[in-house]
Amino acid sequence: MTLTLHHNMTCHPISMRVFFFYTVYCVFFCQHKEIDDNVISPEKAEEVKLKARYPHLGAKPGGSDLLRKRLQKGQKFFDSGDYNMAKAKVKNKQQLPAVTPAEKAEITGDHIPTPQDIPQRKPSIVASKLAG
Amino acid sequence: MAGVAGGNDFQWCFSQVKGAIDEDVAEADIISTVEFNHSGELLATGDKGGRVVIFQHEQECKNRPHLRGEYNVYSTFQSHEPEFDYLKSLEIEEKINKIRWLPQQNSAHFLLSTNDKTIKLWKIGERDKRAEGYNLKDEDGRLRDPFRITSLRVPVLMPMDLMVEASPRRVFANAHTYHINSISVNSDHQTYLSADDLRINLWHLEITDRSFNIVDIKPANMEELTEVITAAECHPNQCNVFVYSSSKGTIRLCDMRTAALCDRHTKFFEEPEDPSSRSFFSEIISSISDVKFSHSGRYMMTRDYLSVKVWDLNMENRPVETYQVHEYLRSKLCSLYENDCIFDKFECCWNGSDSAIMTGSYNNFFRMFDRNTRKDITLEASRESSKPRATLKPRKVSTGGKRKKDEISVDSLDFNKKILHTAWHPKENVIAVAATNNLYIFQDKIN
Repeated sequence: MTLTLHHNMTCHPISMRVFFFYTVYCVFFCQHKEIDDNVISPEKAEEVKLKARYPHLGAKPGGSDLLRKRLQKGQKFFDSGDYNMAKAKVKNKQQLPAVTPAEKAEITGDHIPTPQDIPQRKPSIVASKLAG
Repeated sequence: MAGVAGGNDFQWCFSQVKGAIDEDVAEADIISTVEFNHSGELLATGDKGGRVVIFQHEQECKNRPHLRGEYNVYSTFQSHEPEFDYLKSLEIEEKINKIRWLPQQNSAHFLLSTNDKTIKLWKIGERDKRAEGYNLKDEDGRLRDPFRITSLRVPVLMPMDLMVEASPRRVFANAHTYHINSISVNSDHQTYLSADDLRINLWHLEITDRSFNIVDIKPANMEELTEVITAAECHPNQCNVFVYSSSKGTIRLCDMRTAALCDRHTKFFEEPEDPSSRSFFSEIISSISDVKFSHSGRYMMTRDYLSVKVWDLNMENRPVETYQVHEYLRSKLCSLYENDCIFDKFECCWNGSDSAIMTGSYNNFFRMFDRNTRKDITLEASRESSKPRATLKPRKVSTGGKRKKDEISVDSLDFNKKILHTAWHPKENVIAVAATNNLYIFQDKIN
C-alpha cells in the first residue's frame, strides 16, 4: 500500500494536524494488514519462510523456470571439457575444486552419458516382483 | 453402493497384497499406473522398469460363496525399454506412464501402454489348444526326413495347458516432442488421444504412421510459456468431446466438430481465485494432476495438490463439490517445495455408480469421499493391517496441538510413502491401491 500524499499536498493544502493523523492511520493500517495476512493465510507464512531461505527465488517472471525444467527433463548435455574433467577425476582420484551448483541443478559432467554408461537394450530379464 | 465412506454398515477390508516386502525398493519396481478393464475381470499395473503385470479375477469358490474371488497373475511382459535419443541427447525412460484398456470385442484383450514417447497396443490372448500330428515335423518341432514319410495324416487339435501370450500389435512412435502424460480411448472404439506437455494428438488404432494434432499450445516464443497440459481425457459417450487440464488449474473442453485444430476451447472451467490469498505457491498447488469424467459423462473430477473438485459440465465458473484431501499440508508448503513433494502428481477415481471418489495421500494413506452422505474416510495401505479379511481402521491426522490416541501428527507423516495411483472396480466395491512397490487390493465386507 503506497502513500500518495504528493497529490494532496499540491492541490489541497491540509493542516499539519490532519496530515499527521492521516500518516499515522496509514502506517497503522499497513501493519495491521500484514499481521492479518500472517494470521489468516498459512500459505503466505510459508512463502515468507521460503523467500527467507532463497531470496532470489521467483525473481524471474512467471513459473516459466519450473515449466522449462519440466519440459527439459531427461536432457543430457555433452561438454567435452566436463567429460575430460570427469575422466581425469576418476583417474587421479583427486578432489577438484567444485563449482557450487545453482539450487536444484545437476552438475554437468557427472551425468553425461559415456558410451560405457548408456544402457544397452535390456533383454526381457527380471520379471516384476508383483508377478512372483 | 451407499455409504462407501464411513457409512454405518459399510466397511473396507483387506483382501490381498502383491509385491516384495523388502525395505530396499528397487527403482524399477515402483508401480506407476493401475487400471481395471471395463468388466473388472482384469487389473493391469505398469512400473518404472517398463513392465506390465496383469491380474485376473478368479471365479468365486462354490464352497465358500462369502469370499470374493482373488486376483492372480494372468500375464506379465516387458512393454517398454530404456532408450537414448542421440539426436536430441535425451534419455527416454521406460517407465509406463499410463495403461488404458480397449473395450473387449472378441476373446482377446487389448490395452494401450505408454512411456514418455511411445504408445504401444498390446494383445493379450489365450491359447488352450495346439495342433498335433503334423506331417513334416516331429512333436518336438524337428523336421522329419521327407524320404521317411510314407503316409499322410490330418493334424488334430488337442487341448493343452492354458498359455497367455502378450504380443505388441501396434507401435505409435515419433509423434511427441515432449513427455506424454495421458492417453485416452475414444468411445468410438476406433480412435484414441495422446497428450504431452504442449500438444494433443488423435490416433486411429489401425494407423501408426500418422496422427492428427488437435491441440497445440506451444507459444511461438518459448519465453512466453506460461502453462502446460497436465492431463487429457475423452468423454465417455460423446466421441467428439474431450477435456484437457493445465498447470494453472484450468480445464478446457473441446469439441472436435468445430475445427480440425481445437486450440479454441468450447468450454473453459476455472474457479475464481481470491487475489488477496495469492502466494508463491498458489499456482503450483493449483496445477491439476488428473482429470476424470464420471461414468455418466455429466460430471468430471480434477485433482490438484490439496483437493479434489467435482465439476458439472454445464457450469464453468466453479466446481459443484470440493473435497479437502490433506488441508493440514498447507502450513507445510515450504518444506514440501524443498523436498519436491509439492510436485507429486496424485490421481483420482470414481466408483462404478459415481457416488464416491477416491484419491491418495502421504504415509500410505488414501481418502474416500461419499458424494451423497458427504462423509469421508482415511484408510492406510500397510502390511500391519494385512491379515486376510481384516477390517481397515479409519486413520486420522491430528492438526491441532493435542494429539489424541491413535492419531498421527503431521510431522510424523512419511512423505516417501505416497499413494499416487488408485483404481476402483467398475462394478463392485473392490479397489486397487499402489503403495510404491506393493499393490493392495481391498474389498467390502460381505456378510
